[in-house]
Amino acid sequence: MIDRVKDSFGVMLMTVLVALTLSVLPLPLWLGAVRPAFLVLTVMYWSISVPRLGGIGLGFFSGLALDVFRGAVLGQNALALSAITYVAVREHQKIRLKPAFQQALIMLGALVAYEFILFAIDGWTGHPVTTPLRWIHTLTGAIIWPLATAVLDRVRGAR
Amino acid sequence: MAAYSAGNYRTAPSRGPAAGFGFTVYALLAIVLMVLDRRGGWLTHVRYYLSAAAYPLQLVVSSPAQAWNWSQESLTARESLQAQNAALRQRDRELSLQVMRFAALQRENADLRGLRAALPAVADHWMAAEVISTDMDPTGLRQRLVINRGAHNGVFRGQAVMDSYGVLGQTTRVGPWSSEVILITDPEHAIPVANERTGVHTIASGTGDPDSLTLRYLPGNADVKTGDLLITSGLGGVFPEGYPVARVAAVRRDATDPLPQFRATPLAHLTALHEVMLVWFQETNPAAPSQLQNGVAKTGNPALQRQPVPPLELLPVPDEPKLVPLLPPGALTPTPAHAKAAHAP
Repeated sequence: MIDRVKDSFGVMLMTVLVALTLSVLPLPLWLGAVRPAFLVLTVMYWSISVPRLGGIGLGFFSGLALDVFRGAVLGQNALALSAITYVAVREHQKIRLKPAFQQALIMLGALVAYEFILFAIDGWTGHPVTTPLRWIHTLTGAIIWPLATAVLDRVRGAR
Repeated sequence: MAAYSAGNYRTAPSRGPAAGFGFTVYALLAIVLMVLDRRGGWLTHVRYYLSAAAYPLQLVVSSPAQAWNWSQESLTARESLQAQNAALRQRDRELSLQVMRFAALQRENADLRGLRAALPAVADHWMAAEVISTDMDPTGLRQRLVINRGAHNGVFRGQAVMDSYGVLGQTTRVGPWSSEVILITDPEHAIPVANERTGVHTIASGTGDPDSLTLRYLPGNADVKTGDLLITSGLGGVFPEGYPVARVAAVRRDATDPLPQFRATPLAHLTALHEVMLVWFQETNPAAPSQLQNGVAKTGNPALQRQPVPPLELLPVPDEPKLVPLLPPGALTPTPAHAKAAHAP
């Protein structure tokens, strides 16, 4: 607990901005399909390791930023990201103690839930065109999770 | 004292009920936002300011690609620049010859239509805009661009966007310094087109695939061949008449399917975009996009407006009852009285 005192809001904001940049960076089509949801992973990381710093508000406003950049229905990503952030904040003590592989599996579940909420809202708001390609990023996101935590731990100065 | 502080310390990080409350509030907020955004468009102003806030980050995000383009341009060798210059000169000569011919054709056309003077060009002025980000969703859901011109440059919602090969799309959201462009290949976009060879009107809808449009609502016997050019039909209120859109790439007629499948390839270079053109049109030109006012489509030229229905007594009255049995079909068409009189010897 002591080492978490120095976690600053500024560091969190910076990592979130970098992740947002990576999430909306224009990429070739095939690369875009496998691009992990960097912003979602970063928000999940902060919710699990320092839940008091950002909390659900971090999820909400990051999601809102994604909505603005993607031009989606305002609130779509915000709702999906708040939901999985809520679960992460509530269960952070359990998730934090799990080994990396299990954490990656949990992330897979969270990302699938996130994408499912987006998918459902897409359906309700009349965007019926969809392909199985939209689910690929859940897998790549889970695969990259151990690496992402290592990088963010280093940025945060926790290890 | 120690026991008290330990207890206090233990309760602080467990935020079960507080987190649940926070989540409820944020979830409700998100749902309210979605409903407001979908219904009535009350959030247009909010979007306007949000897009202004997002613009700096969009510039940052697009900067690596911009830097790459810039370095490629500035590091080009002198020989290749000369070659490019020569090619451009050649193209300029060819185009100016075509324009000369075009001016003559325009005069001839005006004469044929009985207009006193040649009409002004339908495109009033152009503005080049740079693409600062492309939102080519790999899932095919969205085909959008963000360009670096907005309300401060006079861009309006529903403005036609083209490149030098054909129609590209239209603006959907306009921020102060940037706008979002929906491409014609977006699954939510449809553009009214006409077949240049036959004049048949139809609608070309996006498929989500950046090099394919589909023509819907065409009957099985429609005269559409591979290679036909599709031009804008001027309906719909956004695009003026006569601009090239796509070329028919494939026609699939299936004996079991009453509706054939038509695929067309857009002429605009949708996948390699750096610069696009925003177009303002002369509203008084008959080829300008028709505007919908009070449910009636209006083109700008008053001479081409639909005329009001004349009073009843001025209408030619048929002097025969309409349904007379056992008569040749010609007798069934109402004939004005004076025409009848002229035929009688």
